[in-house]
Amino acid sequence: MSSYAIRRFKDRLFFFLGIACIVLAVLPLGSILLEVIVKGLPTLSLKFLMSVPGPGGKNIGGIGPAIQGSLILIGLTCLIGIPLGVLSGIYLAEYGDAPYARVMRTLNDVLTEFPSIVVGLTVFLVVVLKVSGSLGLGFSPLSGAIALSFILIPIVARTAEEAIKLVPNALREASMALGVRKWRTTISIVLSVAKAGLVTGILLAVARVAGETAPLLLTVLGNTHFFEGFNEPIAALPLQIYQDALAPDPGIQARAWGAALVLILVVLSLNIVVRLATRGRMGSSVRK
Amino acid sequence: MGISGDRIFNVVTAVVAATAAVILAITAYSLASGSVPILQKEGLSFFTGIKWNPNPEHEVFEALPYLEGTLVTSAIALIIGVPLSLGIAIFLAEMSPTAVRVPISYLVELLAAVPSVIYGLWGLFVFRFYVRDYVEVPLNKYLGWIPTFSGTPYGLDVLTAGLILAIMIIPTVSSISREVLRAVPNPIREGAYSIGATRWEVVSKWVLSYGRSGIFGAAILGLGRAVGETMAVTMVIGNTVGPAAVPTSLLKGSQTMASLIAANVRDASDPLSFSAYIGVGLMLMFLGLAINIIAQVMVTRLFKVRGGAVE
Repeated sequence: MSSYAIRRFKDRLFFFLGIACIVLAVLPLGSILLEVIVKGLPTLSLKFLMSVPGPGGKNIGGIGPAIQGSLILIGLTCLIGIPLGVLSGIYLAEYGDAPYARVMRTLNDVLTEFPSIVVGLTVFLVVVLKVSGSLGLGFSPLSGAIALSFILIPIVARTAEEAIKLVPNALREASMALGVRKWRTTISIVLSVAKAGLVTGILLAVARVAGETAPLLLTVLGNTHFFEGFNEPIAALPLQIYQDALAPDPGIQARAWGAALVLILVVLSLNIVVRLATRGRMGSSVRK
Repeated sequence: MGISGDRIFNVVTAVVAATAAVILAITAYSLASGSVPILQKEGLSFFTGIKWNPNPEHEVFEALPYLEGTLVTSAIALIIGVPLSLGIAIFLAEMSPTAVRVPISYLVELLAAVPSVIYGLWGLFVFRFYVRDYVEVPLNKYLGWIPTFSGTPYGLDVLTAGLILAIMIIPTVSSISREVLRAVPNPIREGAYSIGATRWEVVSKWVLSYGRSGIFGAAILGLGRAVGETMAVTMVIGNTVGPAAVPTSLLKGSQTMASLIAANVRDASDPLSFSAYIGVGLMLMFLGLAINIIAQVMVTRLFKVRGGAVE
């Protein structure tokens, strides 16, 4: 009987150890959110969101160019990345059994987990530098968007593949029975049914890309002015946070926290909205 | 006409599906060709030496300390992060009441949504002081005679970087491990319960051993994430170079390959030092590729066992 008591005790013990693990993991999340809100909220105002960064001290200015730059970068990234990502996803879902497709899927997954600083370095060498054999775009919005799309494409491709695979085959068969060709079926039937899943994947990818800093270090360089043209460096929110955090001036550090609050609000709300919207569906159809 | 439309669609999507492959190929080619100058000058000592001096008069670039820094910080991340993640996965998959399962896993996964630069900001201004006051000072006081814990607790060092990485890999490792545990067939649990095992015995003696290889794959994927992580590490690791970057103590500034590039490459003035950063990038790429391919193969193989339920 006493051995049973020990076994029961062990069982309880590991139950509480499990709870302890979760507490330990969620504590940093709580601390990050708390600190970003407490340190970021005092700087936040409409003026802060719209003006150019100041020199420091009392005049810290704002993060207008950074917000504008991030929006431009994300827009360009979507223009480049979403068509390529979704088309890749279509191929992997609809023709995904061939050995070629398997290799492409694995490489796509490898790219998803690829060190982002390496992506930045590559784009710097191939796109930014003005030497023979490269595009020579210089530090520019387009260079940054190309680097970010290297991160966006594999995520969109992966989620698009999953979303398209969830479309019931009966719909494809019904469409083909009406004499509609496969490509027409895929574009007008399958994609419109998979729309919600596609949008979910794209939003999650955008949330990820919005916070990426490393690929921007070498491709957009940062700027204290608003958008100056497609041949000029551009500001970006994560880059602003990085540069301001390392500044010795407490005022500029405060600006980093303000920018972090804006960034985290955007990223987390995108994540939470997506999760709430897809709660029932994804849970029942993917996992079981 | 119609048939050729299908053919065109197939070919076009097949070509586009190669985007990731093309990106990887471009990366490999451009980094390899960019590293040629430094490899010609330093030869093998680029990988085995520890000196680093960008001064054009006495230029020398040897990258071993950054490889070591990457491996040591990632090892700390795994040692702390994997048991925690496994605890979370076991609790969520096997022990928790169903009602809290979904909210808790959302919370843990939100950790993955926080941008790396915000981890860095938090690490630099908040977490670093917790680590210094509650971990490093006691470690140094009682175990300072061991070289691993020697030095002055400052908070911007190998230990802080490793701990931040541990936090950052938790969502990846725990969610994949949870999937792995859920993939363990129920009859195994039922059989174990029927002979009178407790919940913990079912997990530790049957479920874990069944899911072993998948959990290993999850840990490797976490390792891949830790190795490539850039901004958060750059902001807390102290950014030393040369012999000072050799991670001899946990309480000492160091540098990973990713943080070396992020912190310094913009200041590279002459072609040779720039080539040195590209060479480090090449090393990082190979390490990242190797780890990720191993992890992908392990995790995919595992999910194939599920009879096509996931893949």
